Amino acid sequence: MYLTKEQEVMLNGEYGSIVARMMRLLVRLGDIYNAEKMISVASVQVAGVSYKSIGDPGLEFLQDISKEAKVKVLTFLNPAGMDLEKWKEMGIDESFAKKQLAIIEAFRKMGIIISATCTPYLAGNLPHYRQHIAWSESSAVSFANSVIGARTNREGGPSALAAAITGFTPYYGLHLDENRQPDYVIEVKTELKYNSDFAALGYYIGKAIKNKIPYFRGIKEADTDQLKAMGAAMAASGAVALYHVDGITPEADKVSIDGLEKIEFGKEEMKETYEKLNTGEKPDIVIFGCPHASLAEIIKIAKIVEGRKPKTPFWIVTSRATKEIARKIGLEEIIEKAGGKIYADTCMVVSPIENLFKTTGVNSAKAAHYLPGFCKQKVVFNNMEELLK
Amino acid sequence: MKARTIYPGKVKGVALVSHEPIGFYGGIDMKTGIVIEKGHPLEGKSVKGKILVFPYGKGSTVGSYVIYGLKKNGVAPLGIINKETETIVATGVILAAIPCVDGVDIEKIKDGSIVEINAGEKEAEVIF
Repeated sequence: MYLTKEQEVMLNGEYGSIVARMMRLLVRLGDIYNAEKMISVASVQVAGVSYKSIGDPGLEFLQDISKEAKVKVLTFLNPAGMDLEKWKEMGIDESFAKKQLAIIEAFRKMGIIISATCTPYLAGNLPHYRQHIAWSESSAVSFANSVIGARTNREGGPSALAAAITGFTPYYGLHLDENRQPDYVIEVKTELKYNSDFAALGYYIGKAIKNKIPYFRGIKEADTDQLKAMGAAMAASGAVALYHVDGITPEADKVSIDGLEKIEFGKEEMKETYEKLNTGEKPDIVIFGCPHASLAEIIKIAKIVEGRKPKTPFWIVTSRATKEIARKIGLEEIIEKAGGKIYADTCMVVSPIENLFKTTGVNSAKAAHYLPGFCKQKVVFNNMEELLK
Repeated sequence: MKARTIYPGKVKGVALVSHEPIGFYGGIDMKTGIVIEKGHPLEGKSVKGKILVFPYGKGSTVGSYVIYGLKKNGVAPLGIINKETETIVATGVILAAIPCVDGVDIEKIKDGSIVEINAGEKEAEVIF
């Protein structure tokens, strides 16, 4: 792979051993995937933040890096294992909180913005069409590539961090136009009404096509929250990093679908997916915000619950930025009066909710996928309206 | 059989084969090395000390840290063989220094058989 003088110097250790270690990682990845060169990235999203996810090995790794390295580009952070302010109220124990705060401190020392959200594009890190970025967080990767048309590979937490510290990423994979062509046409033959319907569609397709690129036909309209839910599900049940939707996403009319294999998604497939994702009966808690709830979603929830109390207590998880707006415009008060809570910086998958609940209700297929294994939860998967009855 | 090196090294051990992709995050317990993803063909089995064979990674981008953590906790696989190694797994094995190769027709590897990975800087060989 061709390296510029500056990149050579980084690799040779003149900027310190950590920068050299990060550069070695990127050069090895570039060599493996036949990158001809490195390119500059406009921003980075770093995943691997929750103590529950990365444990002591991750904490030590990050503390090592933070001793000498600082990020060179706009770098945002994934959710942590707890609300960084209201963790006690959430029921998080002291020892977990101490480790979590040490992880956050290491990121802060590196110059990373403690955005603690999986939806950086809703919280101040918004790339533009065709811009090269290096993001981890599979749902954010999917959104940036598909809905915005920015260019990123599915970075692992550490490779995203390496891009943040060096400012570069190897030029391969989804950074190249020729690798953004679809592999399958998905014929959607049923009405998609709720966000959970979009999530179910994503879940089914991710399972079916694994790491390929789908091209959806038959989706008449979809708002950004629905696309967010669908992309997140596809990235969790499979490894889909880019999808196209006819008439909706920016690259759909630039790619060719001639001769591609077709997959149908109809009423039957929808029903089957809902059944599969439902492993519980009566939730102890309902949690919305996987990926993190947008302000539009919080408004929707507030409208549903205003002036009444759903029979199951509920949480909304979102970014600190969105939570602040929700508080200022009076939504948090409505939610709290209805027995709900808004927590920031975290989510139901990366916080230790297994210590608090046994069955969780969600409208997210991504959450429904991770909760049984990682949080020992039974899951009730349904639409927002039903879950808030 | 020829393969491509993702991370170099020479290891020999018992193959643990999954024809389904593996998502390390939420799929494998970092402390024990046991597969915890519900319904996964390897659910309940330990990857510790095995030559882990699977087509490619899936799911969360935090998977790289899980691979690194498995190694630090002493429960990592000895080596990894993929059909196609994607960035998440590649990043994990590079950080954790776990020998890993791809470009292998994994259908031919039998679960429980003895497999050897001999991976140089670029080219590699898998013997089974």
